[in-house]
Amino acid sequence: MLALDLLAPYDFAFFQRGMIAATLAGALCGILGVFVVLRGMSYIGHGLSHAVFGGAAASAVMSINFFVGAGVWGIVSGVLIGRIARRKVLGADAAIGIVTTASFAGGIALLNRYGQARKSIEAVLFGSVLGVSGVDIAAITAVTLLVLGVVLVAYRSLLYATFDPQVAVVSGERVAFIEVMLMVMLSVTILVTMRVIGTLLISALLVIPAATARMITNSFGRMLLLSPVLGAMSCLAGMNLSYHLDTSAGATIILVSAAAFTATYLLAGRRARVRVASLHHI
Amino acid sequence: MSSNAILRCDALTIAYGSNIALENVTIHVRRGEFVGIVGPSGSGKTSLLRALTGAVRAARGSVERSREVRIGYVPQVESVDWNFPITVGEVLAMTRTRRRWPTITDEERNEAAEVLASLGLGGLENRHIRELSGGQQQRVFVARAMFAKPDVLLLDEPTSGVDVRTRHEILHLLHDLHARGSTILLTTHDLNGLASHLPRLICINREVVADGSPRETLIPEVLERTYGAPLHVLEHGGMPIVLDHDYELSESLRDAERALRRSRQANP
Repeated sequence: MLALDLLAPYDFAFFQRGMIAATLAGALCGILGVFVVLRGMSYIGHGLSHAVFGGAAASAVMSINFFVGAGVWGIVSGVLIGRIARRKVLGADAAIGIVTTASFAGGIALLNRYGQARKSIEAVLFGSVLGVSGVDIAAITAVTLLVLGVVLVAYRSLLYATFDPQVAVVSGERVAFIEVMLMVMLSVTILVTMRVIGTLLISALLVIPAATARMITNSFGRMLLLSPVLGAMSCLAGMNLSYHLDTSAGATIILVSAAAFTATYLLAGRRARVRVASLHHI
Repeated sequence: MSSNAILRCDALTIAYGSNIALENVTIHVRRGEFVGIVGPSGSGKTSLLRALTGAVRAARGSVERSREVRIGYVPQVESVDWNFPITVGEVLAMTRTRRRWPTITDEERNEAAEVLASLGLGGLENRHIRELSGGQQQRVFVARAMFAKPDVLLLDEPTSGVDVRTRHEILHLLHDLHARGSTILLTTHDLNGLASHLPRLICINREVVADGSPRETLIPEVLERTYGAPLHVLEHGGMPIVLDHDYELSESLRDAERALRRSRQANP
């Protein structure tokens, strides 16, 4: 009887679609989260999700395709943020804060002025995992495969440029290109996952599974395997719980992810706590 | 000297905006040489290394190396993020680009094990870099550079921030590598512990002040021009020993220094 209750949500097609989308989104954010966390880009990930909101609002108001409008806006913002952070002009944190909050505020102002597509924008902010379409699933699947492919093919370059960028340049790695590539992948990931868990919660899914994985392992390769698994499992558990508890799917996913982090933090011992304490800007 | 130089810079000037880091520097390094670069902080040592690697562009002059010359660069251990989740094996594996997949080939794995074993790091492939001793940590980065089969090894301050025992380990390691045919160029602040043990020293302070053996370069006149402060030099067992300018010299040490100067004048 209990098993039947637990499986009850799977009778609904919208739940099945939401489950697939959320699990893929969790794995995708988990992969990129490793680079976000180890490169001290947590704030960039957070800011970028806000910047993409501006593009989403603009595309909704101007009746441009969501993926085209928000995508162009997000990639341009991501590359700009990457350049600002790399050149260390202005104080990177301040500069990122200005660019991303201005973009976010621009989105709000556009909505206030033209008052269109309010429902769509709320979905972007808070996510509507139960309303995902086949197009959303296709987009997340395509980006997940793309990111997975890039990480597999450019694994050593990505590792070198993340661990030791100065020596990587000397060794012939195209570090500047790799950084742009990471920012583009991050922007596109935010773009396709924002309708699942919402821009406000994306940064958490980019950070928490990777930080949890960091506590469990001392190896980059194993962290890159663990983080997407933890992200996907958090989404899987969060989706099921949200149905039975009648809570927001996005919020429940993040709470499950945070609970996994807390449990690992408490159970893993002092060495694991030291590892996570050493991460930058968390 | 220049005909078989593996690395050469001629009349090299490096500037960062209006700040000139190096001016009119000419240095040629031949295959198989072991060269140290000494100078005060801000004298342009690291800029010179970075220019030789191609990471910094010359404002004037030229840096030349044959296309086939591969450089292995060993950074200062202080610049390494020791909390990064990475094992010794992963540090080595990141350098090879023959195969881009995350896993390395059996051949590469065997080569990595050989390099590690030759540097006294055998069996540590799965250890996290933070779990190693100071000497082992420095050697891991030498191993990474060696794994890429470089023609020249460039080391930035290899003994900076390490204890005496580790310094000895590093010095022995570098002499071993040199004896096995490696060309080595390093920067150091350590005049007595490292520089005085090298066959060739270049003293720089934005320009080349002196270039020669430690007996030719570690002399008060050169050191004062290099560091901008008077330094005393004694000799012990045929090796020059540099004393800080504020060192209180006893009369017997002053006598020893005068005797050394007379002896060098008599036998240049």
